[in-house]
Amino acid sequence: MTEVTELSRPEGEALDTREVLLNLGPQHPSTHGVLRLVLELEGEYVKRVDPHIGYLHRGTEKLAESFTYTQIFPLTDRLDYLCPPSNNLAFALAVEKLLGIEAPIRAQYIRVMMAELARISGHLLITGALPLDLGAMTALLYAMREREMIMDLLEMISGARMHTSFCRVGGVREDLPDGFVPKIREFCDIFPNRIRDYERLVENNRVFLNRTQGIGVISAEDGIDLGLSGPNLRASGVDWDIRRDEPYEIYDRLDFNVITRNEGDCYARWQCRVEEMRESIRIIEQCFDQMPEGPFQIDMPTIAFPVDKDKVHCSMEALIQHFDLSAYGFKVPKGEVYSAIESPKGELGFYIISDGSEKPFRMKVRAPSFVNLQGLFVASNAQYLADMIAVLGSFDPVMGEVDK
Amino acid sequence: MSMEVPLDRAPITERFGEAIDDLGFAHGVHSFAAPPEMIVELSRFLKEHPALRFNFLSDICGVDHYPEMPRFEAVYHLYSLPNKWRVRIKCRLGDPPRVPSVIAVWRTANWHEREAWDMYGIRFDGHPDLRRIYMWEGFEGFPQRKDFPLRGYKDKLNPFGAEGPPPTQPDLATKNIP
Repeated sequence: MTEVTELSRPEGEALDTREVLLNLGPQHPSTHGVLRLVLELEGEYVKRVDPHIGYLHRGTEKLAESFTYTQIFPLTDRLDYLCPPSNNLAFALAVEKLLGIEAPIRAQYIRVMMAELARISGHLLITGALPLDLGAMTALLYAMREREMIMDLLEMISGARMHTSFCRVGGVREDLPDGFVPKIREFCDIFPNRIRDYERLVENNRVFLNRTQGIGVISAEDGIDLGLSGPNLRASGVDWDIRRDEPYEIYDRLDFNVITRNEGDCYARWQCRVEEMRESIRIIEQCFDQMPEGPFQIDMPTIAFPVDKDKVHCSMEALIQHFDLSAYGFKVPKGEVYSAIESPKGELGFYIISDGSEKPFRMKVRAPSFVNLQGLFVASNAQYLADMIAVLGSFDPVMGEVDK
Repeated sequence: MSMEVPLDRAPITERFGEAIDDLGFAHGVHSFAAPPEMIVELSRFLKEHPALRFNFLSDICGVDHYPEMPRFEAVYHLYSLPNKWRVRIKCRLGDPPRVPSVIAVWRTANWHEREAWDMYGIRFDGHPDLRRIYMWEGFEGFPQRKDFPLRGYKDKLNPFGAEGPPPTQPDLATKNIP
């Protein structure tokens, strides 16, 4: 055996280096779904990243063209499957704009309250999952415990834990159940302390801090240019929140802060989300303080089911109305609308072209995670391979929404 | 959506005059129709004009108006972060559809254009990496076109698909054109 030393190498010949292609995913726990990243490595540095998506592509947009407007709600549930009420709300708002109607005030409060619950549940997952990706498992276990409370609340309202499909065009499906208000008040009392617990779990954790602070930095200009939105953009110091800047539903009656950070790194994105949960709790509390009594659904026989469901069994008109809406849906006037809301992941927009029939001619979903994932092109630049996990996790992509 | 100060169209009409059509304001968005060859110039103008500053590209959407002619359309949704305005640019395209890429104006156009290519076969000239994004390499046809069956075409893996071979358009269809 010859000993390899510095001297044994031929004079003047450099070390043979070459780039390595590494395949990360699609089955990898840290990709949060089925995302495949093809990484071009130079040593341990990432030179280029090429995300391959589409493993979960279900053709939501194409399917929607053959569904009536009410039937599309369950499809929207499955976009960002961590927070379905937000998706329902975004779609309902777009159709309502085309119809020129508005849901009753009580329904708007219920929708906003559910959307904020969904925001908490979506953010909770990433609050726990990012430390998990970096090796700190505890946070996820606690986050899941609180997420379970939200699931129970959503189940109480809609009967479903995940895919609630609770919104309807012109309102919500049902009124809030009896005994719901004390339950959610209890949650609002408990939860802020729990947020403090998550923070305490990681904010003094040197491993977590070293692996997130200063990693995957995106400047405000880059963020805007790449189309990032939501907490990912706010972590880079861009003060933009659709809830405040283009208020929809009853957000203009609510008092909440828009959380921004200036660092633009993984830790800032994580912090933004944790802080947003506090604001969401404030919004939910205000919703219950302000929520008026009244109808939960618009009184328009051509669009909404009869409010009193017992009527279907004894009134011919109500029966016809119910059958008509179930079997054929309702017609939406010709036109087009783009309507965006601040979903937990960012700007969730629905662009609907209606040809005057019961089904949309074209429905385009502007999915925030899909666009946010492009932030990888900048954030992964010259990072260590090990840091890619933190960078990817900090963007909080949900593959259901990326792949549509 | 409420707009505190309405969009000032004067700079746009002054600069482009008859070349673009003003389609009016509806549901919080102002719409313009532009011919495809003007799209890059118009985008750059909207982004860089100091009074407009449409610095955020929300979305690019392909539309198939089959059997209407011209058949295709690319729809751009822009947002101005400083002014909180939204604008829609509609661009009717013939068959085969081609339009210059706006990736030099907004980098975020990259994946939006890849998606429109994948689903509708709209060619974005000047796009550096126009590959399919959702469908796999070697997939034939453009699934969101109106003449593509909802269940796809029947083959070994898809026994419930529609009869008939997928439409082949040898000049453009299936290859990943750089």
